[in-house]
Amino acid sequence: MTVTIFVPDDSGALAVGAEAVCDAIRRESATRGADVRLVRNGSRGLYWLEPMVEVEIDGRRFAYGPVTPADVAGLFDAGFPDAGSHPLSLGPTEDIPFLERQTRLTFARCGVIDPLSVADYERHGGLAGLRAAAAMNASEIVETVTASGLRGRGGAGFPTGIKWKTVLEAKGARKVIVCNADEGDSGTFADRMIMEGDPLVLIEGMAIAALATGADQGFIYIRSEYPHAIAKIRRALVAARQSRMIGPSILESGHGFDIEVRVGAGAYVCGEETSLLNSLEGKRGVVRAKPPLPAHHGFLGRPTVVNNVISLASVPVILAKGADHYRDFGMGRSRGTIPIQLAGNVRRGGLFEAAFGMTLGEIVDDIGGGTASGRPVKAVQVGGPLGAYFPRSLFDTPFDYEAFAARDGLIGHAGIVVFDDTADMLAQARFAFEFCAIESCGKCTPCRIGAVRGAETMDKIRRGEDVEANTALVADLCNTMKFGSLCALGGFTPYPVMSALRHFPNDIGRKPAAEAAE
Amino acid sequence: MPLPETDLDARLQAILRAFEGVEAPLLEILHAVQLEFGHVPEGAQRQIAEALNLSRAEVHGVVSFYHDFRTEVGGRHDLKICRAEACQSMGGEALARQAREALGIDFGETAADGSVSLGSVYCLGLCACAPAAMLDGTPVGRLDGPQLEALISETRR
Repeated sequence: MTVTIFVPDDSGALAVGAEAVCDAIRRESATRGADVRLVRNGSRGLYWLEPMVEVEIDGRRFAYGPVTPADVAGLFDAGFPDAGSHPLSLGPTEDIPFLERQTRLTFARCGVIDPLSVADYERHGGLAGLRAAAAMNASEIVETVTASGLRGRGGAGFPTGIKWKTVLEAKGARKVIVCNADEGDSGTFADRMIMEGDPLVLIEGMAIAALATGADQGFIYIRSEYPHAIAKIRRALVAARQSRMIGPSILESGHGFDIEVRVGAGAYVCGEETSLLNSLEGKRGVVRAKPPLPAHHGFLGRPTVVNNVISLASVPVILAKGADHYRDFGMGRSRGTIPIQLAGNVRRGGLFEAAFGMTLGEIVDDIGGGTASGRPVKAVQVGGPLGAYFPRSLFDTPFDYEAFAARDGLIGHAGIVVFDDTADMLAQARFAFEFCAIESCGKCTPCRIGAVRGAETMDKIRRGEDVEANTALVADLCNTMKFGSLCALGGFTPYPVMSALRHFPNDIGRKPAAEAAE
Repeated sequence: MPLPETDLDARLQAILRAFEGVEAPLLEILHAVQLEFGHVPEGAQRQIAEALNLSRAEVHGVVSFYHDFRTEVGGRHDLKICRAEACQSMGGEALARQAREALGIDFGETAADGSVSLGSVYCLGLCACAPAAMLDGTPVGRLDGPQLEALISETRR
């Protein structure tokens, strides 16, 4: 009997040796004459267990991990694929607590299916959303998305349905759907995981957006740092065209829509929607002033939807199961689920999709298991390089857009980077300025010059020069950047800076670790 | 060493032809040119500008804006170390120092023997397997000192 074995073909798994494990399994099964079918799935998002190998026995999946090539022979000796007694055995995959506690709506298929098989995709609920949408008129689709309460998962949290409505009502011979896959925030990898593990759900979401707005042209703008995701999406687009998910007539609806991949060139600021549009047009990725909104005047002046990968990938399940089903998860004005990414110095790093509302402490301590180093958690940065550093005293903050804003923080793209007690928060605050200086597009003065002056002033504080006056100067500068910058790069750099200074005052007068040791 | 004009010409024209009819193709063309030549030669910028009916300044402006594009030939290998927060939290900066010292060059430079270019990258999306790096497009996670040493010696072979 053929046994199906799953070895992830996800960048995170490949980075820790999945390819070599796959080769070892191929060799070993050939030597032993085992009848094996290898599937290269996406990652389940349990990265501390990667490379995580799964086998299917009587329709049930069992996991092993982290597996090294050297473990493979031993696994076969212990009776692999059915080697429940092996020390690397994790039991039934779905029963692993980290997975079992999740609510997977957007990531329901990620790590489960063969990402490039439309048949597999459909067997696991794919295409139901697009079929439902094809039977509706455009404004019904928009109403469904609006009623679901879905907000932009890229970071800004703007209601997706309202954006779509604006484009639907805008006049234009051609309209465009742009997927923002320029996932540049440190600590985030949800977009990458879905593009590598379930690319068809993104394509389905874009096709639904096209039906809802009347768009005929689509782009996925992927950062060049993700070569593997680029390759996967390109192959998935071919499969999607063959099965008429996109092309001259979406599911024979008569509505034509096709998607092109465009590759970024290493500029963080291009994750900002107007700078992304300039980049897409082949220009410098400089921010545009709003208005006009991209919804009215976007790619080459055409009405354009710009949505994050996760926003678009969440649409199919909303159309398939109804707005209520999605909206019933979550709290307050944060509806549905959010794929939280646990990263950095964390024991159990990975992707945890859950309804909004868990506290930061539950996520970091309980789900993440504290630090990887075993030392106490000192700080977490939520929302990427423009997100605030939170100390343990704020761990009761619920994961919700408004609750984070009320504490001078932001959820952003829902990445959480954990730091242990060796972290130097003055250095982290300085880095925020440095990063802003490296990545500033140069359009507005507070960001372009403020970032450089900020880093210089932090150096003065580090050297102990007029610490009080210079700290006040940084606060003043942050105020200028916050209110005087065109986009979030300059406007949000004050979040990491000010939170580090405010919550970790003991680090301000501290000497750098290397000097202190001498 | 500048490329012979005629050689550059034929290969560049082929790239430009491949993008005929594509809307707003400049970034895509630059990626293709860099893939073909290892960098975006000055002469190519002139011809791209002509083909797209842009000024040379506009093309130069785009080339210089993006971190990915280089106007000088790089090393045979491309080693990128992630310098962003998630990797910092796992000792990434110590690895960055190690790479700089082992190669005797700074970030953004190419080793004198032409073996490798060392670059910073701000996030590879491998943040749950930090610290991370990328060698010639191949991701490496849970990087440590000895592993980095092995990667560097690979570039010297």
